[in-house]
Amino acid sequence: MNKPEIRATVLAELKRIAPEIEESELAPASPLREQVDLDSMDWLNFLVALHERLKVDIPEADYARLGTLDQTVDYLARKLGAR
Amino acid sequence: MIEFKLPSLGADMEEGKLLEWKVKPGDTVKRGDVVAVVDTSKAAVDVEIWQDGVVQELVTQPGETIPVGTVMARLLSAGEGPVKAERKKISPAARKRAAELGVDVEKLAGTGPEGAVTLEDVEKQAKPTAAAPAVDRAAEMRKAIAAAMSRSKREIPHYYLSETVPLGRALAWLEAENARRALPERLLMAALFLKATAAACTEFPEMNGHYREGAFHPGAGVHVGVAISLRQGGLVAPALHDVQDKSLSEVMKGLTDLVKRARAGSLRSSEMSDPSITVTNLGEGGVETVFGVIYPPQVALVGFGAVKQNAVVASLSGDHRVSDGHRGALFLGAIARRLQEPEKL
Repeated sequence: MNKPEIRATVLAELKRIAPEIEESELAPASPLREQVDLDSMDWLNFLVALHERLKVDIPEADYARLGTLDQTVDYLARKLGAR
Repeated sequence: MIEFKLPSLGADMEEGKLLEWKVKPGDTVKRGDVVAVVDTSKAAVDVEIWQDGVVQELVTQPGETIPVGTVMARLLSAGEGPVKAERKKISPAARKRAAELGVDVEKLAGTGPEGAVTLEDVEKQAKPTAAAPAVDRAAEMRKAIAAAMSRSKREIPHYYLSETVPLGRALAWLEAENARRALPERLLMAALFLKATAAACTEFPEMNGHYREGAFHPGAGVHVGVAISLRQGGLVAPALHDVQDKSLSEVMKGLTDLVKRARAGSLRSSEMSDPSITVTNLGEGGVETVFGVIYPPQVALVGFGAVKQNAVVASLSGDHRVSDGHRGALFLGAIARRLQEPEKL
């Protein structure tokens, strides 16, 4: 899976949790949770969905590395590339 | 004969609109089965039945809006024979017209002599009703919240207490626990808050239950109403049942499912009517202390603010008709104490 595909997956899962978001309105380098108003439960559900779609494990200790949309895509790309 | 009536699905509900029957005449139902979907001002709710029986007649039709307490269906209890319905009085012309228009005359209330169904009754029934204007869900929900909260502030003499609870141990335990759990099994601090509150309720039963007709009725179990904000605005606080008996994993699983269904608009009637205490967690937005409004007929609400510097402010809104500040303080202390031993929750 390449980066644009990972990005599309991330956005699709984000939209399942926050259907009202518009991709064009998302600032990819700004904090994701604040922009999309994801509470802890939304965030966990988002990560569980990514885990199930992409078969990657995301330790809780790594949550801080998924601060923005760009960081999330980069993190997942590294994880998938390393496999 | 069992009369299945539209239940009250919360203090703020006066009427509901039947969206769909999940059963038909002749079906056997068991206690706890979902038999209908009813739209309240807050959400579409799966309504359960609380007796076993066989459906004999569906009285309410989908699309009808009816007050709480209206008979929606009649059922035969186990061993009861079918009741032969009295044949409807109807003029031959009306019967013919009803057949042409596809109107079920048995369901019509006749306005003629001795309740006979007239031609006019049939035609009136057949006339298509004007399409109802689209419901403004957000406005309806705001009205429902306004009604419940106004009643609360009018009737319940609230008192408020707060306590800063150290969370160092709970945070360390949660981190270690989550490190060994697969992603879908991980816990949120919210699950610990719910369980600690429910456990404390078993020590302080006067915080858990309903105040009705001038008296307090303790809850049979600790059914914690979880305040869930909806993305489109407004909130619901459906019950997570018997939290005192659940493990943290079960609480977390129940919470995840409840939030998902609340946001998808798929709650069950018992979840709407059963909460015996509410827990609200407003720390996500950085709030330090919650000063909650009790959801009647409940008698207490526990609030949690943001987890900062290894601590959280837990607050209690208590009903002074049922408990006093001293007991409230001990109750908050019990919640705090239980959060110091997360492994025992």
